[in-house]
Amino acid sequence: MGNVIGIGAAPKRKEDQRFLTGRGNYVSDIKRPGMTAGVFVRSPHGHAVLRGIDKSAALASPGVIAVLTGDDVADDGLGSLPCGWGITDAKGVPMKEPPFPMLAQDKVRFVGDMVAFVIAETPEQANAGAELLKIDYEVLSSVVGVLEAVRPDAPQLFDDVPNNICCDWELGDKAAVETAFKKAAHVAKLSLVNNRLIGNPMEPRAAIAEYEPGTDRFTLWTTSQFPHVVRFLMGALVLNIPQHKLRVVAPDVGGGFGVKQFHYGEEAVITWAAKRVMRPVKWVASRSEGYVSDRHGRDHVTEAELALDETGKFLAFRVNTLANMGGYLSTFGPNIPTNLYGPLLGGVYTTPAIYCNVKVVFTNTVPVDAYRGAGRPEATFVLERIVDVAASEMGIDRVELRRRNMIPKEAYPYQTPVLVQYDSGDPMGCLDGALVAADVKNFGVRKAASASKGKFRGLGYSTYVEACGLAPSRFAGRLGARGGLYESATVRVHPTGQVTVMIGTHNHGQGHETTFAQIVSDKLGVAFENVDIVFGDTDRVQFGMGTYGSRSLVVGGAALSKATDKVIVKGKKIAAHLLEASEADIQFEAGKFSVAGTDRIKTFEEIAGAAYVPHDYPLEVLEPGLEEQAYYDPVNFTYPGGCHIAEVEVDPETGTVTLVNYTAVDDVGTVINPMIVEGQLHGGIVQGVGQALFENAVYDEGSGQLLSGSLMDYCMPRADHLPMMKVATHSTLCTHTPMGVKGCGEVGTIGSPAAVINAVVDALSHLGVTHVDMPATPNRIWRLLQNASLPVAAE
Amino acid sequence: MKPFAYHQPGQIPDAAKLLTSIEDSKLVAGGMTLIPTLKQRLASPVALVDLSKLGSLKGIADEGATITIGAMTPHAVVAASKLVQTKIPGLAALASMIGDPAVRSRGTIGGSVANNDPAADYPAGVLGLGATIITSTREIAADKFFLGLFETALEPSEIITAIRFPVPLKAGYAKFKAPASRYALVGVFVAKFADGVRVAVTGAGPGVFRVPPMEAALSGNFDASAIAAIKIDTDGLTSDIHAEADYRAHLVTVMAKRAVDAALS
Ligand SMILES: Cc1cc2nc3c(=O)[nH]c(=O)nc-3n(C[C@H](O)[C@H](O)[C@H](O)COP(=O)(O)OP(=O)(O)OC[C@H]3O[C@@H](n4cnc5c(N)ncnc54)[C@H](O)[C@@H]3O)c2cc1C
Repeated sequence: MGNVIGIGAAPKRKEDQRFLTGRGNYVSDIKRPGMTAGVFVRSPHGHAVLRGIDKSAALASPGVIAVLTGDDVADDGLGSLPCGWGITDAKGVPMKEPPFPMLAQDKVRFVGDMVAFVIAETPEQANAGAELLKIDYEVLSSVVGVLEAVRPDAPQLFDDVPNNICCDWELGDKAAVETAFKKAAHVAKLSLVNNRLIGNPMEPRAAIAEYEPGTDRFTLWTTSQFPHVVRFLMGALVLNIPQHKLRVVAPDVGGGFGVKQFHYGEEAVITWAAKRVMRPVKWVASRSEGYVSDRHGRDHVTEAELALDETGKFLAFRVNTLANMGGYLSTFGPNIPTNLYGPLLGGVYTTPAIYCNVKVVFTNTVPVDAYRGAGRPEATFVLERIVDVAASEMGIDRVELRRRNMIPKEAYPYQTPVLVQYDSGDPMGCLDGALVAADVKNFGVRKAASASKGKFRGLGYSTYVEACGLAPSRFAGRLGARGGLYESATVRVHPTGQVTVMIGTHNHGQGHETTFAQIVSDKLGVAFENVDIVFGDTDRVQFGMGTYGSRSLVVGGAALSKATDKVIVKGKKIAAHLLEASEADIQFEAGKFSVAGTDRIKTFEEIAGAAYVPHDYPLEVLEPGLEEQAYYDPVNFTYPGGCHIAEVEVDPETGTVTLVNYTAVDDVGTVINPMIVEGQLHGGIVQGVGQALFENAVYDEGSGQLLSGSLMDYCMPRADHLPMMKVATHSTLCTHTPMGVKGCGEVGTIGSPAAVINAVVDALSHLGVTHVDMPATPNRIWRLLQNASLPVAAE
Repeated sequence: MKPFAYHQPGQIPDAAKLLTSIEDSKLVAGGMTLIPTLKQRLASPVALVDLSKLGSLKGIADEGATITIGAMTPHAVVAASKLVQTKIPGLAALASMIGDPAVRSRGTIGGSVANNDPAADYPAGVLGLGATIITSTREIAADKFFLGLFETALEPSEIITAIRFPVPLKAGYAKFKAPASRYALVGVFVAKFADGVRVAVTGAGPGVFRVPPMEAALSGNFDASAIAAIKIDTDGLTSDIHAEADYRAHLVTVMAKRAVDAALS
């Protein structure tokens, strides 16, 4: 008999047993009898008319079984890849929503756009066949940047999308903001670029599909963060497969970060192809293929203005952004730079008036969609940067300016002017904690030590809040969501008292098998090792919206908590019968049902046994069995946040920025497993540091070629780029989630870019530098120092 | 990867014969550069001739005024060699800065020099030290060997067997790593001999090159301050998404100073 390991404990992760011993089961590990291999032929051009495809040589190549193209998709009457969100402009006009065919028809719109699928006996034969396809392109000029794309003479991606603008979206009270700006004592202005990112999960995407003619059923194994959503979108909207005839399995998945939370054309093509060739079809992306087909993230160009009174109180905030959508609308695409961006512009401050305009723009680049943080890092970056700009222009200390505008702990719940209402928080507490943890007091000593080596040292703050736990369905529906965002869990108690949980979220590295088991162990008093978590299979799990937006614990965990409560309620009824007491007198604690005030007890195992062997059981009023299910739809988002402090050292000779210290004090609500929370914060911070200092997806204007298309050219953060981080929590409890949890999956990525860049600007401020765009590469820093045309310290 | 024949000869003449007799055949040493190009189907030789069974290509020999490193010697072995560390510490340091541990234990000096990647480290050491490339048929001076972007003086069926390095009075290497690839964005090797100083630069242009004004200045005064004011012409230097030509030019001076400091330390 193992032990109860409950909420707040830090057991080693259950799933690591298989991961660390090489026993994981990833899509590319799966082999099916008679399996064929497929490769996608992708457009080498950013923008071209597709004049024709000659398949004959490819079909004659040894081992080639079939070649599928856009014409075959059209002949079979298949649907376009759906967008899960429909946003509208200020006048209520819906966004432009051009079709996104799973294999290109008439035109290709980005390098990597899928043109054909070649199926052969082996991957080598499929590749050889693919090389023999003759594709006739009429190359057009590409437009890749948002500023260029909205110019009147820019290449047009779609005939019916003038100026490539998908939607001209806005939020907030424009007039109130204008009035406030007129009264301002000071207006801080900032133009910035939020750099385009590529997620790079460790495991590239992959899929296998199989069709069983005997039952007319399809199975798709795919590297997905949300198998039920893939089943719905692909089955109902693309391939016309009834839901009960389609099983989608997302087994072990090696990291997602958002990249795997979309329904991709590859999944649909492979599933469709499996029936056409009547054999299982497998595709595994190469890393290079991932670069030009995994959805990218961020990519904004923004102008922001902050109005302040003479004491530094924020009066109003105005933000105009151009957001890159890439060549088509991906599953969540238009939602990210709008609904997940504008509502975050209030930050932790009492700014009374906010207005945000976002032009969502098509370009000849990979579709852009959610990437860890999704919209919220972009909002935090604009806000936390401009606060620093305002502080320096007004000569007010950066920390002091933040304090003057922060929402006090007592003011929660706090309604912002941009839709969201924060339920709880203590930004000042996080700030105070971080100031101590980062030893800000002695920063001057460290700065002087750096200076004596010819280095510039800087400190940067980011006091931020985010909205996660996606999402309250009704609220999301009003904003344009075309689906619900609840979660479900089933708690199946076996006759012997062990527990299997079926949950609709998906674990791809976050440690859910551990965290969720702790919740059940805690609540039911069942040993930790006697709880297993099942996810990622539409045949085994009732339903689910998957994992993204820091929702798994907040929404899935809440469903699990509710289902567990239902088990206890039913257990009490059974116990009341067995103990011949009234149900109201039954107490449940530490795995035991007892009659209040007596020593009469039934263990959890005894109750489970009685439920499945109902000889002495109230069958007239109670069904046998002990299995409960709950769906949970959150009443609000959750609002984790905190204070991050970055400390950097800049080598003026080479322009190299070194992150020397990093401190984060975050409010994530109740902590179920502190080790896992710490790991999530570490990983999240590293991804934010990556954006700030290293990562950049660069396209060539005109040709539309991705210039940073491999790990040799796209710089991922590495262990030696990072200091040991100081990470702590300062939690207030969420008032509306069952356990007070807020989520911690994205906070690190949301808070960190601004902290790092603020530190870099601080290090260079004595040279007149007021802003640095991301990533702060050595070349970029050196260029800034050149332009500052100030003498650079000799070594 | 497309199919190919595989040969593992035991003697250098056999390897050379295979190369001449099979059209479209290619040598493979550590495979760190070649195998990825095969996997990406960028190259599809009919046959690979593996040098790994040629024992005479491995090892490091001490000849007093020179040391000779066999072509098949992996970077990790050079980096860890007591002999190299003692006689040409700058070269051992250079080898230790190449790639990552896996690359260093497979990749070879012969493969690196034959490949002549514009951002590779060894070409700077070989040219900076004025080494001699010994092949299956002749000896080639470093100054005559590197001909530009991936181009060398090697004939198609010529095999590098070893590289002979003169032992300098002092030598040092400074590398500014490209952020993503960690090849040299700019690497500078500086070597001081009794008859003068040589300065070789990798990463900055389409191929490794020498910097005569720095060589002259350092021959007079082997100190970083002697070259601090020497600016490199940006003409012909590489501009790409990682670094613009004028930044690379600036880094040449910075890295040259640091290489001198390393040589003196
Ligand atoms: C991840 C990674 C990081 C790297 N980082 C660096 C770095 O920081 N700095 C750096 O300098 N290099 C770096 N490299 C390259 C590495 O040093 C390679 O090993 C080297 O360039 C080639 O050596 P090899 O033995 O692997 O040659 P192979 O890949 O086997 O061959 C390369 C070429 O040379 C030819 N060749 C091989 N041996 C001979 C010979 N004896 N005579 C004639 N021709 C021959 C082959 O036919 C082939 O054309 C890196 C490589 C990788 C994969």
